[in-house]
Amino acid sequence: MTGIAISGELPLPSEPSYLGAGHTVSSWFATTDHKRIAILYAATITFFFFLGGIAISLVRIELFTPAGDLLSDDTYNKLFTFHGVIMVWFFMVPSIPGTFGNFLLPLMIGARDVAFPRLNLFSWYLILAGGAFTLYALIAGGVDTGWTFYTPFSTMFSNTHVIAAALGVFIAGFSSIATGVNFIVTTHMLRAPGMTWFRLPLFVWAMYATSLVMVLATPVLAITLLLLIAERWLNLPIFNPDFGGDPLLFQHLFWFYSHPAVYIMVLPAMGVISEVITCFARRHIFGYDFMVYAMVGIAVIGFFVWGHHMFVSGQSPYASIVFSFLSFVVAVPSAVKVFNWTATLYRGQIGFEAPMLYALGFLGLFTIGGLTGLFLASIPIDVHVTDTYFVVAHFHYIMVGGTVSAFFAGLHYWWPKITGRLYPDVWARFAAILMFFGFNFTFFPQFIVGYLGMPRRYHVYPPEFQIYNVLSSAGAFVLAAAYLLPPLYLGWSLIWGGRAGRNPWNATGLEWNTSSPPPRDNFPVTPHVEGAPYQYHPEGFAPEHIGENYRTQGEQL
Amino acid sequence: MLSVFMPIAASTEAVHTDHIYFALLALSGAIILLVAVLILIFSIRYRRGSKAERGAMPAVMSKQFEIGWTSATLFLALFIFWWVSSTQLSTLVPPGNALEIHVVAKQWMWKTQHSNGAREINELHVPLDTPVRLVMTSEDVIHSFFVPAFRMKKDVLPGRYTETWFRPTKLGTFHLFCAEYCGSEHSRMIGRIVVMQKDAYAQWLAAQPQSDGLAKTGEAIFRARGCSGCHSEASTVHAPDLNGLYGRKVQLADGRTVTADEAYLRDSMLMPRRDVVAGFEPIMPSYAGILGDGDIVSLTAYIRSLSAKKKDRP
Amino acid sequence: MNTPTDVLRPPWKELSRQREAATFALWVFLASELLFFGGLLLLYAAYRLANPEVFITAGRETDLWYGTANTAVLLTSSFTMAVAAGAAEADMRRLTIWCLGATVVFGLMFLVFKGFEYAEDIRKHLVPGESFALKEPAAQIFFALYWIMTAVHAIHLSIGVGLIGRLAIFGALRRVHLRENPQVEVTALYWHLVDVIWIILYPLIYLMGRS
Ligand code: HEA
Ligand code: HEA
Ligand code: HEC
Ligand code: CUA
Ligand SMILES: [Cu+2]
Repeated sequence: MTGIAISGELPLPSEPSYLGAGHTVSSWFATTDHKRIAILYAATITFFFFLGGIAISLVRIELFTPAGDLLSDDTYNKLFTFHGVIMVWFFMVPSIPGTFGNFLLPLMIGARDVAFPRLNLFSWYLILAGGAFTLYALIAGGVDTGWTFYTPFSTMFSNTHVIAAALGVFIAGFSSIATGVNFIVTTHMLRAPGMTWFRLPLFVWAMYATSLVMVLATPVLAITLLLLIAERWLNLPIFNPDFGGDPLLFQHLFWFYSHPAVYIMVLPAMGVISEVITCFARRHIFGYDFMVYAMVGIAVIGFFVWGHHMFVSGQSPYASIVFSFLSFVVAVPSAVKVFNWTATLYRGQIGFEAPMLYALGFLGLFTIGGLTGLFLASIPIDVHVTDTYFVVAHFHYIMVGGTVSAFFAGLHYWWPKITGRLYPDVWARFAAILMFFGFNFTFFPQFIVGYLGMPRRYHVYPPEFQIYNVLSSAGAFVLAAAYLLPPLYLGWSLIWGGRAGRNPWNATGLEWNTSSPPPRDNFPVTPHVEGAPYQYHPEGFAPEHIGENYRTQGEQL
Repeated sequence: MLSVFMPIAASTEAVHTDHIYFALLALSGAIILLVAVLILIFSIRYRRGSKAERGAMPAVMSKQFEIGWTSATLFLALFIFWWVSSTQLSTLVPPGNALEIHVVAKQWMWKTQHSNGAREINELHVPLDTPVRLVMTSEDVIHSFFVPAFRMKKDVLPGRYTETWFRPTKLGTFHLFCAEYCGSEHSRMIGRIVVMQKDAYAQWLAAQPQSDGLAKTGEAIFRARGCSGCHSEASTVHAPDLNGLYGRKVQLADGRTVTADEAYLRDSMLMPRRDVVAGFEPIMPSYAGILGDGDIVSLTAYIRSLSAKKKDRP
Repeated sequence: MNTPTDVLRPPWKELSRQREAATFALWVFLASELLFFGGLLLLYAAYRLANPEVFITAGRETDLWYGTANTAVLLTSSFTMAVAAGAAEADMRRLTIWCLGATVVFGLMFLVFKGFEYAEDIRKHLVPGESFALKEPAAQIFFALYWIMTAVHAIHLSIGVGLIGRLAIFGALRRVHLRENPQVEVTALYWHLVDVIWIILYPLIYLMGRS
């Protein structure tokens, strides 16, 4: 191993934890502490997740029967639109970066905070402001365009609150950009001495790659929504075919953002999984540098595949072929990651605590979701299944089976660090397994019914599809129950859970080398990094050399 | 049994798509199995505290391994791409003898029109084993013409024509769905495709209420709107002769050459300044806002009939 | 070096690093802005390709005089801003404040010209809609893009004027230390971006139709 042991662990800080550093309202809402901001994000995205989940639960109840007996057409359309908008922009995009990214990025690189703490807080307020507009759109009567806001429907035909919703997303977009800028600068400028680029934990790389995408893709969404608002509100013809405008240009602009955005949603998850798998397999990650190149590769190539959402839209068939080609290429780095994670297990010392169960669930579900992405990238198949439930299943496998599982993996892994408490592992494992089954139960039937031809966004459907919809709806309830468990036992642990100690998992990351929960300034002294991350020793059940990677220096942070 | 998992395959393209689907299923199944089995074996063999050998990784499992599986997946991915797309390219262009049907979509119904002018709503009758070409446009928002049994789908856009084609191989009645979200009654914008024997189709077509053929209607509009004032042989205005125009290459004033297809004809009427024919003054007025989609469809049919006549003449 | 401590903010320990970070952050943000305007430029390019003549006729309706005057104003303001940044570096406080002030004045001048231009455009019925002056439908698209591009630019410019004005006033009141303050450099960079974007818009809007 490359790390030279000079001394043991960093000294434990004596100051109070960040949670104890103030109890007034303003100590939270005006805080510049990245860890408190992470908590604010956590509360926000949890709220939005449940909101989006409740909306789609109504949809799933409606779909028990082929007839539209519970909801009206318009209500149905508003519900799935609300679900998509909320889940994508107010839950998934800010989820891992806003919470774990904020909490851990400075800790993992040995910094005291992010580069611009006040900008960080501002990002959170932007999400709130955006959320307020979107919620206003809901309360005022809803939006029925689908999360894709296609013109000319959204600009000229829908008579719902498109402008408020688009404005909400527009504002939330600036939150993404601000977070992205902040993280990029933090990673460049605030790494502790000795923390070279190739000693960064993969989670940090994941945040870095995500931030690049956020900074470069989100502005395109911003301008697209602005144009949409201008066209709808001021009647400026931009995409209006009556004036020679082209609705396909809207789709190009939208997907130029939204395809990279799907990698905003999955790259952070890949970062979390790399941390969790190494810790519970107690092995160095297999092929560290390939993992890094793969993430950067996904982020870069991801910018050039957007046209695969438009195979039947009327774009040139030759353009479609190019986009199909690039979609196959972008799958390769993901494959590399899956193989490396699997290989990391080899000769490990594998423990099956809750975070690991979630991580293994991620592996399986992400692989299925990704492989069905290849079906969609094949033009003849996509011609048949685009805008059917096959696509719905594809992206839920990645976003819910993949990213949400990874979110829970991270939550269970870092919960002791964040709160200083231990949760009941039995319950956590039970929830993880229930989630895995509930998930497959809900979304696997959708692949079948999708290939059979059931279009998405369908309020009523032909009776021959009913059996699959009943399965799916029933599964959704199992899944909902599984999502209800963690808030319960994690909440319980806040009060009755045992003390975690600084490093309950015997993990090697720098974040484990300070007290749990960490103090306001993270480390009492500047850590000096001397070796690569993930120096686990599979031979020993409890490695004694956890701290050997970091040298302390007398200098105050 | 299979019918629970597979939609009926009633066109040449459907069989084709299903082949690719099965191949991809087998391949992904194998990959998933590989990953799952590896995870399972490692999880059992290297579970915490088991007696299996640990130690450092064998030397071979380093960079070579990485490079090995990276290039293997890249190769596999490119191979699938090549295989899928090469078969795709051959089906891009419809056969020349395809039966042509016009489709106009609007919130929330499908209007179809046969070559003799017979119209249907939310229904389309087509003859068996005959290639059918759809020329489609929308009057309002984007819709999508989706027939699962044919594995065929194409968006229908306002302000332009999109085309697709299919060759039905099974008799019967099949679902027609609107697959692009188009507002309140998107899920009710459905219809039926009826595939009939060729002679039954001919009978059915003949039995439809006599409406003027599309081209006939077009000819009337051509006169009523004053097109003939410039474009007829007798006219003194210097305007191009439209006989034989359809399908021909047209040389434009700015040096480009374009094929006179539906989209070109439409643009010529709505945005005449865009593609000015070489040798003519851009004096033709725009008919945007004056001609409806239906009018344009009829005019296009009329102009096409002019070229058909020309071809017939020796 | 008697660095004013109120400029140094946590988590930074040295002002030089903090400045470096602020500048770097702004460059990243500028990349983001470029893609923002890139979306507009893409639309412009696509529609121009589809309607070359109409865009030329429509482009002739814009007011070359205002456009050119504003270009000159902005270029001058870029110069004063650059001087301000240099002066702040060299600890020439008075010059810094004067140049910041001049930049604000030029920025406001741009906005006033723009206002006059808009008024004239409205008078000439160049706002897309029922009573639009040109009969080619695509001309409305040109003007829709014209309004959006110039309005979005004007918003960016107003933000810049606000930021510079704040520095000038607080600097004059000694509430902000101008010397070595990363804010001056960052604001200058931002202002130059606003200029560069105008330099791209100017030929697209005013010159294309007249060449
Ligand atoms: C986090 C989100 C996420 C991610 C990561 C992906 C990843 C991928 N997606 Fe997906 N996608 C969505 C979210 C996501 N997608 C959403 C939300 C939509 C629909 C939007 C809407 O219309 O509302 C969509 C739609 C969508 C379409 C358009 C469908 C349509 O509407 O017609 C296509 C088409 O090509 C596609 C392809 C892919 C591909 C090729 C990948 C690849 O990146 C996947 C790569 C991963 C793997 C391949 C698995 C691991 C690999 C192995 C185990 C090895 C074997 C591999 C090989 C042989 C190459 N996606
Ligand atoms: C990225 C995030 C994300 C997430 C996390 C989810 C989560 C879920 N999604 Fe969603 N979905 C999308 C993104 C996401 N989705 C998008 C982008 C679309 C496209 C929208 C469009 O077409 O415009 C879509 C569309 C979509 C559809 C298609 C609708 C249609 O086309 O008509 C369906 C149908 O089954 C569905 C189902 C579900 C279910 C069952 C969950 C479950 O995982 C949710 C589970 C969560 C809860 C249920 C809440 C927590 C539990 C409780 C509060 C307990 C109490 C509740 C009950 C007892 C019911 N989703
Ligand atoms: C004022 C005279 C005038 C009238 C009226 C007119 N046209 Fe034209 N048309 C022209 C001229 C001149 C051209 C060649 C220049 C150009 O392409 O714009 C032309 C070109 C065309 C073309 C392209 C021909 C080619 O060879 O590529 C089509 C198609 C066409 N017109 C159809 C119509 C139809 C349909 C109408 C009525 C709805 C119509 N025109 C009315 C003068 C006219
Ligand atoms: Cu028409 Cu959906
Ligand atoms: Cu995509």
